[in-house]
Amino acid sequence: MTTNSATTKIATQNQDTEIKLFSKAWLFQEKSLIALLLLIAVVSFISPNFFSVDNMLNTLRQTSVNAIIAVGMTMVIITAGIDLSVGAVLALSGAFAASLIAQEVNVVLAVIITLFSGLVLGAMSGVIVAQGKVQPFIATLVTMTALRGVTMVFTDGRPISTGYTENADMFSWLGTGYLLGVPVPVWIMVSIFAIGWYLLNHTRTGRHIYALGGNEDATRLSGINVNRIKIIVYSLCGLTAAIASIIITARLSSAQPTAGLGYELDAIAAVVLGGTSLMGGRGRIMGTLIGALIIGFLNNALNLLDVSSYYQMLAKASVILLAVIVDNRNK
Amino acid sequence: MQPILKLQDIDKSFPSVKALNRASLNVYCGKVMALVGENGAGKSTMMKVLTGIYQPDAGLIEYQGTAVQFRGPKDSQDQGISIIHQELNLIQELSIAENIFLGREPTRYGKIQWQQLYADVEKLLQRLNIKHHPRTRLGNLSIGEQQMVEIAKALSFQSKVIIMDEPTDALTDTETDSLFQVIQQLREQGQGIVYISHRLKEIFRICDDVTIFRDGEFIEQTPVADLTEDLIIEKMVGRSLDDQFPQVDLELGEVCLQVNNLCGNGVVDASFSLRSGEILGFSGLMGAGRTELMKLIYGDAQIRSGEVILNGQTLNLRSPKDALTAGISYVSEDRKADGLVLSMSVKENMSLSSLAEFCTSSGRIEHRKEKQAVQKFIDLFRIKTPGQNQIIKNLSGGNQQKVAIAKGVMKQPKVLILDEPTRGVDVGARQEIYQLINRFRRDGMAIILVSSDMPEILGMSDRIVVMCMGKLSGEFSREQANQELLMAAAVGKKAEELA
Repeated sequence: MTTNSATTKIATQNQDTEIKLFSKAWLFQEKSLIALLLLIAVVSFISPNFFSVDNMLNTLRQTSVNAIIAVGMTMVIITAGIDLSVGAVLALSGAFAASLIAQEVNVVLAVIITLFSGLVLGAMSGVIVAQGKVQPFIATLVTMTALRGVTMVFTDGRPISTGYTENADMFSWLGTGYLLGVPVPVWIMVSIFAIGWYLLNHTRTGRHIYALGGNEDATRLSGINVNRIKIIVYSLCGLTAAIASIIITARLSSAQPTAGLGYELDAIAAVVLGGTSLMGGRGRIMGTLIGALIIGFLNNALNLLDVSSYYQMLAKASVILLAVIVDNRNK
Repeated sequence: MQPILKLQDIDKSFPSVKALNRASLNVYCGKVMALVGENGAGKSTMMKVLTGIYQPDAGLIEYQGTAVQFRGPKDSQDQGISIIHQELNLIQELSIAENIFLGREPTRYGKIQWQQLYADVEKLLQRLNIKHHPRTRLGNLSIGEQQMVEIAKALSFQSKVIIMDEPTDALTDTETDSLFQVIQQLREQGQGIVYISHRLKEIFRICDDVTIFRDGEFIEQTPVADLTEDLIIEKMVGRSLDDQFPQVDLELGEVCLQVNNLCGNGVVDASFSLRSGEILGFSGLMGAGRTELMKLIYGDAQIRSGEVILNGQTLNLRSPKDALTAGISYVSEDRKADGLVLSMSVKENMSLSSLAEFCTSSGRIEHRKEKQAVQKFIDLFRIKTPGQNQIIKNLSGGNQQKVAIAKGVMKQPKVLILDEPTRGVDVGARQEIYQLINRFRRDGMAIILVSSDMPEILGMSDRIVVMCMGKLSGEFSREQANQELLMAAAVGKKAEELA
């Protein structure tokens, strides 16, 4: 009984808006941030090359692709859904981008078309989930498989080069360029997070996304078109995958038919590390940023420490497991 | 004659309600005891105490002459008490035989003895006149047949006491007849039976004695021969209305809602009208189709035929959104299941339906406007919460309910449908909710009050409609209505019989 009331007390504190800085509840709420800072501190101590502006910016750039996809994934997961198709969407929209650039389509136009294709590909999953009443896991497994097939047909199983035109050089700036000393992909990542944060916290659609994940029946009875919200989140998730595909394609100056394999799992890992519940209704976009950064910096640190990539997977798995157990323990 | 099972002076309280107050029940060998009472009279709580799901706060349980304490349903079952619940506890994907002997299959060296299992089940099924093979998948059976399987399962325990909770609700007449034959057999074999039912006719057909509960209290135990249907009804509801209902006399406005021959969602041919400023009560037993009718009017279920007219305009209702836009709000009967988003805050829940009013055309929420509106309702409804951002899960039932009602009212509806607005709400908050309802009607809102609480419906409504098995079975003005009339209409007694 006493333990019971103690947990309720913590829960109540946790849910109040004004949580005192550095209080116990605050520390718990910000545990992923603390873990990230701790990780950076420890690795800086061990490896002198780690804590340098170059390495930091480099790591942020490497993290950007996963982090951007994770923004869309966060929205889907808040509605209690899941999107396994992001990697496949990335591969196909990347192939579109590369072939458009190779045909010397204006960069701005090519980017717009690519983003639109991501939106439509994501909407397909959304329609299957909403109108077809198919479980998100199955629905997006279907779109994932189908889109992988389409990508293979479209690319004939071969990489598509963006070519050696001026157009292609301009395009590659999106992946390799710098603005004010910061890599362009990092700028893109920051903007996407800002937009995602705004959408989730300051718009009607964002409120509806949380409501849908918290209780679909109550949301429907409150006069909200839940199918519309579902289609919106999967479309936005497809859109973020397309944005990521532009960065990757631009950086490599070509689209790989097998690009994005397993990216859906990295994105889900970042979301979960950031404290978003797979049960839906609960989660913060900034948590996802921290989750993605933890994965990114962990990989970077292990590289610097010369740990084989095989062991890196084990390390990543342990971190995720630990995070989820801690989160459940304190619920 | 000594009872085989005797529950005496049982008390059971929950945080906001005393469910049982010195309640008693006796079960005799070879006799069928009927247990009757209104919804919420404490019958189900008593059964949960009896089977050990709940432990009583006070009182005595005596079984076969000795005092006992049942630790749980398994314990009471092992000692020979079986219960057939209203809701089915069966697994659709397993066969009839697997369901009946789930967890106690006859085995040899760990292998299930299918031959023996099927033979045993076959015998049971024959006894109940069920014409299905034991290997039939349960999901292929009708609900009534599934109920019979549940009964077969109870019989398979060779219990000394069998409790049946509304067993005939889902049964056809023929199925009911074979059930009654089985009850007859069981009685002759000397088993004790408790028969819970709202269908008074059945009680006169099959039971020996009647125990009547009201408001968690034991009223009396009488041989069925000394009773009539009217007497039972009177005793079930026989309590006086105290003045907890602030009555307001108002000039009613124009007809605002007109429902014509509405069918669908289990509702058959429902027609009624509602004036602005009027409170129309909907009474009936659980499962009578009241919520189903409300969901039709709210656009949350498919209308098969008929029409809903609001202020002279026929509505095209395809979703709750359509109803809300037209001016109909609905506050659901189960705030946890489909009324509130428990993971969200007071503010977010309250503004969920009317968020558009606090948004710019681009969809940005104007937080200050939202906060002001929510604060207005928190003050008006006297909602006790540490702040607007408190997660609603942490509020008491009464305050949660007030938020749910505020959500509906914030939309400024012409018609407000309140489905069981005081269920699980403590007395103080109840009073406040009644006052709020009267305030809404003074503002010209038309109100539909669905409630299983008789005093509430009699005390609040201008007019009362009673439903029974998906149909409207009676309509009474406030002056005409009394508890006996409502109960009679709710159990489907014909109007002629009443006169």
